[in-house]
Amino acid sequence: MAINVKVLHRPIPETSYVRATFQGLALTLKHLVDPHKVTVQYPEEKWDIGPRWRGTHRMLTTEDGKAKCVACGLCPTVCPANCIKLVPGEDEDGNRYPLVFEIDEFRCIFCGYCQEVCPEEAIHVGRHYENAEYDRKDFVYDLARLTAQTHAVCEMWDPADPKGE
Amino acid sequence: MHAFNFLLQVADPQGPPTMGWFVIFAALKVVVVFTIYITCVAYTTWLERKLAAFIQDRYGPNRVGWWGLLQVIADGVKNFMKEETMPGNVNRAMFLLAPALAFIPAFVTIAVVPFASPLPTPFGLVDMVIADLPVGYLFTLAISSLGVYGITLAGWSSNNKYALLGGLRASAQMISYEIAMGMSTIVVLLLAGNVHLTTIIEQQASQGWNVLLLTIAFFIFAIAGLAETNRVPFDLPESESELVGGYHTEYSSMKYSMFPIAEYANIITSSTLMVTLFFGGWDIPFTSWDNVPPWTVLKTALTMGMYVTKVFLFVFSFIWLRWTVPRFRYDQLMALGWKVLLPLALVYITAVASVLLGLDYAGVVRTSIAFKGAMMGMNVVFVVLVFWVLDRGRIVSPAYSRLERVGIDRLQKVATRGHLADRKGV
Repeated sequence: MAINVKVLHRPIPETSYVRATFQGLALTLKHLVDPHKVTVQYPEEKWDIGPRWRGTHRMLTTEDGKAKCVACGLCPTVCPANCIKLVPGEDEDGNRYPLVFEIDEFRCIFCGYCQEVCPEEAIHVGRHYENAEYDRKDFVYDLARLTAQTHAVCEMWDPADPKGE
Repeated sequence: MHAFNFLLQVADPQGPPTMGWFVIFAALKVVVVFTIYITCVAYTTWLERKLAAFIQDRYGPNRVGWWGLLQVIADGVKNFMKEETMPGNVNRAMFLLAPALAFIPAFVTIAVVPFASPLPTPFGLVDMVIADLPVGYLFTLAISSLGVYGITLAGWSSNNKYALLGGLRASAQMISYEIAMGMSTIVVLLLAGNVHLTTIIEQQASQGWNVLLLTIAFFIFAIAGLAETNRVPFDLPESESELVGGYHTEYSSMKYSMFPIAEYANIITSSTLMVTLFFGGWDIPFTSWDNVPPWTVLKTALTMGMYVTKVFLFVFSFIWLRWTVPRFRYDQLMALGWKVLLPLALVYITAVASVLLGLDYAGVVRTSIAFKGAMMGMNVVFVVLVFWVLDRGRIVSPAYSRLERVGIDRLQKVATRGHLADRKGV
């Protein structure tokens, strides 16, 4: 045995394997008969997700049902995952609007920069996570699909506590 | 028509059946018992998952069927449908043979275990045991040690270092504990004077269960049985946290599934042996009406219910223990087998044999109160002694507790001196 090994003198009740085993058995039996279980039965019950949850995107619309987006190009610029595809257009009054606005939910890392940078409060990340699909191409959300989403949007910060204190 | 005349002979319900009916009943028993047994094995997996979940404050399988009861079938289908992989450079013949070698012995032992009192039928008295072997107990010992071949071969033929280590551990463990297991039951055979399992049960019905007279033997047998099934705390052959998956690392699909099935079959077999050897088999406690002729269907049903209850309790405690204690270190495993259980079993054989000899010499009748009292008195002394010694924790406790007191003091002095010297040096 190597020198300088720290040797502790601990009393028998602390080191006895037999007693520890019986204590363990008592503990597991207590949990076995305890009706309180912690599992969330997922499809039936769901967790309340936080107000700052960043999930599936949603494009907000004006009162006449058009997307709020003015195709300024800030969100594709800021997007670190490069998942937003934007082709701007302009109508005869000089108002800019997106001809193509697509978000690839597969590439998205849900950082929420698009929502933060948006001057019109048009694009949002949402409080929603059940966005599974059977086909890869279904993960590219076009403008119609983004505006059709109805879930609550992310709050980004608590208005009462903007610094997160 | 003439050929079937032997079937029409009506025999005495309390006497042995004619040869023809004996064969028919034997075939029937094989089919029925095997079906029930394999269903029980399957549902033991369900029970384990459910109990494990409850112990960990979860629900366990509850999606497929009521309380997840069809989960077993879903798992079976899944295992059959999975891709079968054959790793390169395996020893093909051994690799294919190993799962079967693990699987078959696990299922054979059940054939000699009596599970109820004899059933009277119009065609004769049917023993509620598939094969009433006169050497039943020796047969169980022989078959249960065969199971390790499957595991060792699986580990060796996989051409995988982890699997090989698992297989080696399995064989070392099996040899160590097989000896203690065999030794522990010698006292049971001393009391019964026979290796016929039915006789052992009859003896327990008349003298009281062996667990009351031979608690230490039961204790050793239970630990060795636990080790034989390769389950926690003795799951070193598998130990997924150190050896990936141990001996079945390279197996997939149904070939893999054979090993867990064999393990669960071994749990049930181990439980049935404990019940048969120490807990009176199908004997109903506190009454004796169930062990004497005339045999009735009601007696058979009740004793079978009793037997199933006892076996279930043991299966439950196997699972309960598995989800409570951590795995032994390898040296602890070996120390427990060779330094505790084997010497203990040998001492116990000597003690019990001496007491039996003394009692027989003094002319004490085996079924008398005096005999039981003497045996139980010795038993209490032994239990107190063994647990007192085990509680001092010299085998499965931290390494320092195995040092002599003087040794610890000396080491500590040396350590302190060394420590001070270091300081001065700096």
